[in-house]
Amino acid sequence: MAPILSIDDLTVSFSQPDRSISAVRQVSLAVAARECVAVVGESGSGKTQIFMAAMGLLEGNATAQGSVRFEGSEILGAQAPQLNRIRGSKLTMVFQDPMTSLTPHLKIGIQLAEVLVCHTGRSWSEARIAARRMLERVRVPDPARRLNQYPHELSGGLRQRVTIGMSLLCEPLLVIADEPTTALDVTVQAQIIDLLRAMREEVGMALVLISHDLGVVAGLADRILVMYAGRIVESADSAELFRDPRHPYTGALLKCIPTLSGPSLARLPTLPGQPPQPEDSLDGCAFAPRCPRAAERCRTERPLLREAGNAGDRGSNGIESGSSAIENGGARRVACHFPLSP
Amino acid sequence: MLRYFLTRLAGAIPTLFIIVTIAFFLIRAAPGGPFDQEQTLPPEIMANLQSAYGLDQPIWAQYGRYLGALAHGDFGPSFKYKDFSVTELIGQGFPVTLEIGSIAMALALILGIPIGTFAALHHNSATDYATMSLAVVGIAIPTFVVLPFLGLLFGIYLHWLPVAGWEPGSIRHLVLPVAALALPPLSVIARLTRANMLEVLRSHFIRTAVAKGLPLHTVILRHAMRPALLPVASYLAPAVASIMTGSLVVESIAGLPGIGRYMVQGALNRDYTLVLGMVIIYSTLLILMGLAVDLLYAWLDPRVKLER
Amino acid sequence: MSGLLDDAVRRLRSNPGAMWAMFVVAGLVALALFGPWFNPNGSETLDWLHVASRPALQSAHWFGTDRLGRDLFARTLEGTRVSLAVGVVASAVSLAVGIGYGAVAGYVGGRTDHVMMRVIEILSGLPLIFFVIFLTVVFGRSEYLLFLAIGAVGWLTMARIVRGQTLSIRRREFIEAAVASGAGTARIIVKHVIPNVIGPVVVYATLTVPQIIMFESFLSFLGLGIQEPHASLGTLIAEGAGEMEAAPWILLVPGGFLAVLLLALNIFGDGLRDALDVKER
Repeated sequence: MAPILSIDDLTVSFSQPDRSISAVRQVSLAVAARECVAVVGESGSGKTQIFMAAMGLLEGNATAQGSVRFEGSEILGAQAPQLNRIRGSKLTMVFQDPMTSLTPHLKIGIQLAEVLVCHTGRSWSEARIAARRMLERVRVPDPARRLNQYPHELSGGLRQRVTIGMSLLCEPLLVIADEPTTALDVTVQAQIIDLLRAMREEVGMALVLISHDLGVVAGLADRILVMYAGRIVESADSAELFRDPRHPYTGALLKCIPTLSGPSLARLPTLPGQPPQPEDSLDGCAFAPRCPRAAERCRTERPLLREAGNAGDRGSNGIESGSSAIENGGARRVACHFPLSP
Repeated sequence: MLRYFLTRLAGAIPTLFIIVTIAFFLIRAAPGGPFDQEQTLPPEIMANLQSAYGLDQPIWAQYGRYLGALAHGDFGPSFKYKDFSVTELIGQGFPVTLEIGSIAMALALILGIPIGTFAALHHNSATDYATMSLAVVGIAIPTFVVLPFLGLLFGIYLHWLPVAGWEPGSIRHLVLPVAALALPPLSVIARLTRANMLEVLRSHFIRTAVAKGLPLHTVILRHAMRPALLPVASYLAPAVASIMTGSLVVESIAGLPGIGRYMVQGALNRDYTLVLGMVIIYSTLLILMGLAVDLLYAWLDPRVKLER
Repeated sequence: MSGLLDDAVRRLRSNPGAMWAMFVVAGLVALALFGPWFNPNGSETLDWLHVASRPALQSAHWFGTDRLGRDLFARTLEGTRVSLAVGVVASAVSLAVGIGYGAVAGYVGGRTDHVMMRVIEILSGLPLIFFVIFLTVVFGRSEYLLFLAIGAVGWLTMARIVRGQTLSIRRREFIEAAVASGAGTARIIVKHVIPNVIGPVVVYATLTVPQIIMFESFLSFLGLGIQEPHASLGTLIAEGAGEMEAAPWILLVPGGFLAVLLLALNIFGDGLRDALDVKER
C-alpha cells in the first residue's frame, strides 16, 4: 500500500551571512495510512525542520533539497496555492506552544470555523456547528461558551485540545504533532496523549509524533525513528526499540527515562557531552565523541543507515537502505559500526 | 465601554478648564495690550475702547464674563477683525479646516497602511527600498517646502491644478493642500505598519494560520492586521497634532479660509480673543482624539482590560 | 563600553545611505561656512541692475537674485548658517535642560519622578507650535523667545532618555560609594550621574538637530521667527513662495537647500540610531 507521506533524501540548510548550517541531512522516511510514527531526538536534531519543510513553513533563509511526496504528488517547494489545497485539510499540523499558537484577538469559534469555510465551502453558521461538535469530541467542557471566548481565557491544556480539534476538522489523512505536550503540565500531558490515541481510533488518520521524550511516545507510536545531528540513526517498531535498542544513543536515551522499578536512590544516568552544533562539519559518526563504544573507525567513517538483522550482522559494505523509501513497517535499521547486541 | 467613555470624558473637562484658565490669565497678564500697535490714540478714545471690550473691569470679572460667554458658545469679539466675533470666524473657518484635515488623515491611513503592508510582504525587495526611501523624504521635508514645490510643478509648469485660492465645493483647489498635508503622517504610518507587520508575520499564530492552508489575504487581513496596527493606533493622536500644525502652513500658503490661517494672523496681530478661541478649539479636538484612540485601542486588543 | 562604540561605528560604516548623508551634511556645512569667500557678492548688497534675475553660472549671480536684487547664493548660505547655528545652540539648550530634568527625576525617583514624568507626558501631547503662537501673542515677537521656544522642542525626549539612563546606573557601586562618603544629592547628580549618562545622550542630541532646524524654519516661515533683514532658510522660502510664478528660483534655491539638509540629517540620524540599537534588524 502506498505511503501517505514519503520523504526522500531531504536536506534542509539555513544560510547565514557567513556560513551555511545543515539542520537536516539526507533524511528519508515514509508514513503509511493510519500509522503512528514517532520522530525522537534532542533539540537541534532536525526533527522539526523535516516537517516544516514538508508543510512549506520553512523560514526565508532556508533551502530544502530532496523530495517530499504527499499522496504521490511532489510538494517540496510547491507554491502556496497548491500547498493550501492540502494544508489544513488533508495534511495538518499541531504545534508545540498552545500559548502562542492561537491568534489572540480572534474568538476560538472563528479560528475553528474558518478552516471549514475555507476548505469545504460550508457557510459560517454550518461551520460553527461543526466546530462545536469537534470541541465535544476533543472533550472540551461547555463547548458553546468556549466558542465565544478568546484564547487567553482558556488554560494551556484546553488550548491544545482546541488546536488538536482544529487539525482534525477536515478529516485529514496525516496529522503532524510537533511536541504537543512539551509546554504542558505533566498531568495534562497524559490527558493530551490519551486524546491523541482516542482521536486516532475515531478518525483513523496517520500521525507523526515529534518529541524529545521517548517516554511520551511509548504508548502511542507504532514505529519510532531516532534522530541525531540531522540524521536518522535508528528506526524500529516501537516494542522492539524499547526491548532491544541497537544504536548506543538509543540505548542511552532509554536509560535516561525514570522508571518505577529499580533502586530508588540510584542517580539518573545522563549522557556526557553535548550534541554537535549544526554548523560543525562532521567526519565519521556524529555521536562518536559521546559514545562509550566509539573506535577509530567511528571517527573517520560515517556509518550508513542499514538493515540490522541478526546479532552478527556487521557488514560494512552495502548501500544505505531507506534512500528510496518504501519502508514497510518492521524493517529494522541502524546507522552504527558497532551496534548494541540484542 | 460606555462607562469608560463617560468617565474619561468627565476627566477631560477639568483639563480643558485648566487650559482655558491658564491661557486667559496669561494673556491678560502679558505686557502690552491689543491696541498697542495702533497709532497712539487720545486717552478718552482709549478708555472708550477699553470699556467697550470690557478691559477696564477687574480681571476676575473679565474671567467670569468670559466663562459665561463661553458656556453660550460666545468667544467674544475679535480685536482685529472689528466687524466679526470670534465665534463667527470660527464658524466660517472650522468647516474648511475640518474638511481638509479629515481628508488628509483618511488619505494617510488609506494609503499608508497598504503601502506598509506591501513593503513588509516584499521585504528587502526593490519596491520595499523604494517606498521606504520615499517615506523618509515625506517625513524629513517640511510641509512648507513641499507645498510650494508641488504648486510649482503641478500648478505653474504643468498647469494641472490651481496653486492657491479656494472656492466652496471645488475639489481642484484642495488637491495640493491635502496632498502636502497628508504626506508626513502617511509616511510615518507606512513605516510603522511595515515594521510591525514584519514583527507580526514572524509570530507563531501566523505560522498556525499558514499551516491551516488559509489564503494569504485571509492570513494578513484577519490574523495579522489587528496586532500590526496597534502601534499605528498610538500614533493617531500625534498624527492629528501634526495635521493641525500642518494646516497652519497649508492654509496660509494656499489661501484657504480655515481656522489655521486665523490662528497665524491672530498671533501676528496679537488678537487675544481670537488666539484664545483657537487654543480652546484645538485643545478640545486633541483631547477628543486622545479619547477616541483609547477606545480604538481597546477594540483592537481584547486583552486590554478597560477597568484599570 | 568602547567595544560597543566600535561595534556601532562599524555598523554605521556599512550603511552606505548614512555615510553619504554624513558627507552631504558636512559638505553643506562647509559650503555655508566657507562659501562666502568664493562669492563676490554680499548677502545684503542690493544690485539694482539685476533685480530678480535668473540663475546663470556666467553671470555675477550664480543662483540669481531676489526681488530686491540681493544675491540669492549669498542669502541662502547665510540662511543656512543661521539655521545651523540655531539648530546647534538650541540643541545645546535642550540638552542642558533635558539632562538636568531627567537626571533629577531619575535619581530622586519616587513621587518626584512620577510627577515630573507626568508633566512631560502632558506636554508631549501638545503641538508646540500652538504654545509658541500663544507666547508670541502674549510677549510679542522677539528673538529670545524664539530660542526659548526652539529649545523647548528637544528637551522632552532628552529628559526621558536621561532619566532612563540614570535609572539604570543608579544602583551601581560608584554611586553607592559616593552616597556612603556623605556626598549630597546635588553633588552626586552633577559629578557622578551626569558624566556617565552623557554618552548615548549626546548621540540622541544629534538626532534632535533636524527637528529643531525644521521648527525654526517653520516659525520663520510663518513670520514668527527670524525677522528681516536677517535671513533664515524659512524666511527665504516664504519670500520664494510669494514669487513662485515670476521667479521660481527664489523658492527653489533655499527650498532645495533646506530639503537636502533635512533629508541628509534625517538619514544620518536613522543610520546612527540603527547602529546603536542592538536589537534592530
